[in-house]
Amino acid sequence: MALPISYNIRNLIERKTTTLLTAFGIALPVAILLVVLALVTGLQAAFQASGSPQHVLVLRKGTTAELNSSVSRQQYQGIKFKRGIAPLKNGEPAASLELVQVVNLPSVDAPDGMNVTIRGLTAAGFEMRHHVQLSAGRMFTPGQREVVVGKAMAKRYPGLQLGGRITFARGEWEVVGVLDGGQSALNSEIFGDLHQIAGDYNRPDALSSVLIRAENPMAAQALIHDITSDVKLNLGAMTEVAYYEQQTTASRPIKMLGMLVCTLMAVGSAFAAMNTMYAAVARRAREIGTLRVLGFSRGNILLSFLLESLLLALLGGGLGCLLVLPLHNVTTGIGSFVTFSEIAFTYRVTPQIILAGLLFALVLGALGGILPACGAARKAILVALWEG
Amino acid sequence: MRYLPLILKNSVRNRRRSVLTITSLAVSLCLLGVVGALYTVLYIHDVAPAQARRLVTRNRVSLTQPLPLFYRDKIRHVPGVQAITVSQWFGGIYKDSRHFHNFFARFGVEPGVFFTIYPEYTIPEDQKQAWIQERRACIVGKDLVTRFGWHLGDHLTLQGNIFPVDLELVIRGIYDAPEENESLFFHIEYLYEGMPVSRRDTAGAFTILAAAPEAVPQIAPAIDDLFRNATAQTRTETERAFALSYVNFIGNVKRFLLVICSAVTFTILLVSANTMSMSVRERIKEVGVLKTLGFTREAILGIILGESACIALIGGLIGLLLASGVCYMIRQGPAFIQQTKALTLQPGTAGACLLLAVLIGTVSAFVSAWQASRTTIVEALKDLG
Repeated sequence: MALPISYNIRNLIERKTTTLLTAFGIALPVAILLVVLALVTGLQAAFQASGSPQHVLVLRKGTTAELNSSVSRQQYQGIKFKRGIAPLKNGEPAASLELVQVVNLPSVDAPDGMNVTIRGLTAAGFEMRHHVQLSAGRMFTPGQREVVVGKAMAKRYPGLQLGGRITFARGEWEVVGVLDGGQSALNSEIFGDLHQIAGDYNRPDALSSVLIRAENPMAAQALIHDITSDVKLNLGAMTEVAYYEQQTTASRPIKMLGMLVCTLMAVGSAFAAMNTMYAAVARRAREIGTLRVLGFSRGNILLSFLLESLLLALLGGGLGCLLVLPLHNVTTGIGSFVTFSEIAFTYRVTPQIILAGLLFALVLGALGGILPACGAARKAILVALWEG
Repeated sequence: MRYLPLILKNSVRNRRRSVLTITSLAVSLCLLGVVGALYTVLYIHDVAPAQARRLVTRNRVSLTQPLPLFYRDKIRHVPGVQAITVSQWFGGIYKDSRHFHNFFARFGVEPGVFFTIYPEYTIPEDQKQAWIQERRACIVGKDLVTRFGWHLGDHLTLQGNIFPVDLELVIRGIYDAPEENESLFFHIEYLYEGMPVSRRDTAGAFTILAAAPEAVPQIAPAIDDLFRNATAQTRTETERAFALSYVNFIGNVKRFLLVICSAVTFTILLVSANTMSMSVRERIKEVGVLKTLGFTREAILGIILGESACIALIGGLIGLLLASGVCYMIRQGPAFIQQTKALTLQPGTAGACLLLAVLIGTVSAFVSAWQASRTTIVEALKDLG
């Protein structure tokens, strides 16, 4: 017969100072792990929401980033009439010629300036990204120095609020609207009229990319093959999903640093937990002896102390999760070396992450508890009774 | 101080607990030391004498926008400027871009003035001349040579991705710099030759050497004022600030480091408070005996606090030793950011960490120690049971 769990809970409550101190020690590495996981999940969610398998991104051959790419209007015409492209509302093929540039603007996190992507496009480009909605103000007028900004930009960059003015290329641009792109990376971009931006940057015929909407994902693969093997075009293509996937590497440095810190702190906490459990065993030596006399086996004792350690760890894990919960949906930004600009996204504390944090805490508890529990189980009855 | 032997005896009494506590503290202190070293190298570290004299000028709008080449001659005449070179990030692909192993920095520069601006870079004179005289020649850092097993005279091809040019280069020199040895420098003229005319006379950035460190604060605004009304406005900052802007690009690193520091500090507090509360509780009858023998409250308080400080000090020393080992390993590893190549645990940082550890060790024991010193003899001895 096993010892009841209430015995362990009572014991933890009895030593509440030690219990709380140890639990907080476990809560901290768990919290750090959760922050890192929430960041990575948030970034992945942003990228997953951005790419559609039906969308194909066409770039200059050999490049993997829009910023380094160059596509001429003639090449665009060559792509536009390929087979398998879905039609727009007005019957035109869904192919959007776009220009991407980067400007450096002061943000809340970096007053010295952070890189932001500016995308020049036409009405077709907006129609294809149907998940993007205007949430405030109005759309920019073609031929004017006007821009609309993603909602994360409006929040993070003081100069990008509705009605604000920013300077780049050959003049001042007015922010006339704010876009809501759901979870997608488009929230981190500034949009303006393609022809106006191309003219301002003196790149009338050297644009960045073409986004195509295929009739279906199968047609998208065929289109990619068609475009990359067209020697006359000399362009490369990939699905939008693949393009965004390669950018998830942006979180790698923070992830690596975070994991390192988390591991080291976890080692420290496991030792601290071990300390606490050893003290618990030492203090209850006589109790252990009594339990053995009553007929509880060594296995029962081992299990009971291990369980107590796990309970303690679970308490710590729970505390860690509570510490991190307020971070849910908080917007932050991270630099991507693919786009050379900032991607804004929100931390996501999902149930999976919380589960991972609790599991991590349990592992710490098991590591810290196993040796003291073994020690308790090995104690000879008479020695235990005499020690107390 | 005459209680020191007693304090030491107490520290090793429960050997298992002391070892566990010290290990736990050592790990925390190791982390604190590494994070502290990182913080120091990024934000406080004293720069090399030559680096303190270097500035970088780039396009105000963003680094991806080039500056006209003629800016070079205008900047050269700004008072206090000793030398200037174009510094063009080439990017490009060596062999295969999917492997991070193949990544290293490639810059187009002007070989004639390069070693004037970077006096801490050393290279044999014949190799230097060979580089200057041949347009296709390049020099590489000695760590890169070890990484790829290159030899002088080897050919390598860099496929352009930012520029529509493939560079066919010959290694003519191997340089040795105190911190950073993993870059490739080639003739900027060679890049210009392969470019379309419209994009030829531009520069991604200029690196400037000031005549004296005192001139640096005046040079930056003087250059930016020069181009205030030009189409391409400039932004000039010290080389250090420029390098930092890349670090900030990864995210808010400063805040991240500070958060870690406070989390670790808090852990140290928890661990040592826990240990001391456990050990005081176990020894409460001993406190009674000491009091009976005539030890004052203050002495008991001091003995317990001293024990906690002693444990924290030992844990701290071991942890900092580990930290300097970790710093060494990071220095040897690939340079993800250039600054990690200079990562060392400075005595000042180490001292601050140690002081913090001892301080926290002492403070955390205070509640337990205070309670123990206030217990009356009768109560303390009652526990004998």
